[in-house]
Formats: sequence, C-alpha cells, structure tokens
Amino acid sequence: MIGLNHYLLLGAVLFSLSIAGIIINRKNVIVLLMCIELMLLAVNVNFIAFSRFNAEVSGQVFVFFILTVAAAEAAIGLAILVTLFRNRRTINVAELDSLKG
Amino acid sequence: MTPELIAFWAFFTVTVLAAVGVISLKNPVHAALSLVLTFFTTACLWLLLQAEFLGITLILVYVGAVMVLFLFVVMMLDINTTPLREGFAKYFPVGMLVAGVMLVEILALLGLKQTDAWPTLSETDPASALGKSNIEWIGEALFTRFMLPFEIAAVILTVAIVVAVLLTLRRRTGTKTQDPSKQVMVRREDRVRLIKMKAESKQESTP
Repeated sequence: MIGLNHYLLLGAVLFSLSIAGIIINRKNVIVLLMCIELMLLAVNVNFIAFSRFNAEVSGQVFVFFILTVAAAEAAIGLAILVTLFRNRRTINVAELDSLKG
Repeated sequence: MTPELIAFWAFFTVTVLAAVGVISLKNPVHAALSLVLTFFTTACLWLLLQAEFLGITLILVYVGAVMVLFLFVVMMLDINTTPLREGFAKYFPVGMLVAGVMLVEILALLGLKQTDAWPTLSETDPASALGKSNIEWIGEALFTRFMLPFEIAAVILTVAIVVAVLLTLRRRTGTKTQDPSKQVMVRREDRVRLIKMKAESKQESTP
C-alpha cells in the first residue's frame, strides 16, 4: 500500500535535485527558471499527499493557487528574460552586473 | 507489492531520472523536454492519489502552456550554451553536496529505515468518502471558503498578462502602423485645403 512517506520521499528527492540544479547551472537563466518550476512541483507533491492523508481539501486548493502563481511567474520571468536578451545579447548571469551590486 | 505500489515506484523512477535530466542536460531544449516528462509522470502520480483535477490541470497548464512558452523562448533566443556551462564541473561537487545533505536530513525526518511504520493512506479517497467526485470536492471549497483567494488569483493572472505584454512590447521604427486615436481625432482642416484661384480661360482640346 502506498504510504504518505512515499510521496514525501518523492518531494524530497525532487526538491534536492532542483537545489542541486540551481547551484550547478548558475549561469543559465532558463535552466534556473526550470529548476524553480521543479521546486514548486516538489512542494505541490507534498501538499497533495498531505491533503489526501488528512482528508482535507485545502491542500489541493492551495496547489491550485500555487499552479496559478507559478504560471504567472513563468510568464513574467520569461518576458524579463526576452527583454534582457534583447538589450544585452546574453543570458549569462555572470555578465549581468550593470547594477554593480 | 501491490500493483499500485509497483506503478508508484515505476513513475517515481521516471520522475527522478527526468528531473536529473533537467538539471544536467546541455541543450536547453532537451532540458525543457525532460521537464515535460517530469511533469507528466508527476501528474500520473497525482492520479494515483485520486487528485484527478490537479493531475489533469498540471498536464494542461504546465505541459500545454508553461513548457510550450519555455520552448518558444528557447527558440527565440539565439543562445550559445558553451559559456553558460563554464562552471558546471566546478560547481557540480558543491551542488551534489548541498543536495545530498538536504536529502539525508529530510530522509532522517521521514525515517527511511522503518518503512513498515510509515503511515499508509486510506483506501478510499476523502472525496468519494463524502460521495462526491474530486472536482466537486475542490470546486465546492474553491467557490465558498476560498472565494476571495480565487478572485485574487484571477487578478494576478490578469496583471501577469499585462506585464508580460508590456515588457516584451517593442516599438520598431520604420514600420507602417495605424494609430486609431489619431485617426479618430482628425479634423477637416488637417486634411482639406481650399485654395482660391482664378478660373482658367480655355482648355486646349487634345486630339
């Protein structure tokens, strides 16, 4: 029988992988955005597993809202990426230093 | 091993392998397609939990819209991936270390050794225990208890559309475009000019 922890395990593995992805692909903005999507997915898996386990609907409703916000975030992030590439001809994070921060 | 558990581990393996592909593939298109596979198998795993609505939504919204948007952007940008991969070998051990430590910590919380003591999920899902379908269950909560957040989510999406269009809008010079407000605001004096002149005496007829 599938347990709650099977899904928590999946969420943990996906989350760790996306953290590793953010660290090792730290120059490529597109892959960084994809890793953020992966991270949100890991959180969603946990939410749905807990929603099922506790027989509580709010977990699934929250996943719905996370999906909405993630879609908005992806759209705006990619729009910024396109503008960035148009102005600088690169998406390398290391070269985006015009703010001198 | 029940059939459910076998299906779970099969989907689990595919999901994790596809996620590894997302973070390690060189070509961003391949990484995006790998992410599509991750979303798809995760949707299958959600279906195993009888979260049908969210499983289908994940495929429709993510695979159908967000990932296509990603692929469009990858296609539009002419990216040279070589300089983007520079630090890959250098940061690989650090990334694996951080991820490994995190994973071990979470697994310690889950208690990986006593897998028999893991809480099992109920046979019937909570929606059908109430005599409803999953969509009814979510919909009722969404339109009663969560009405305000639902409306706010709609506003967020609208704002996101406006922002995305505004950010990528580019005024090209030299293109012939219509300006409707100028067309509407035009007055007679701008277009017609009456000239007073003497009538010409006689036109010579051409043969």
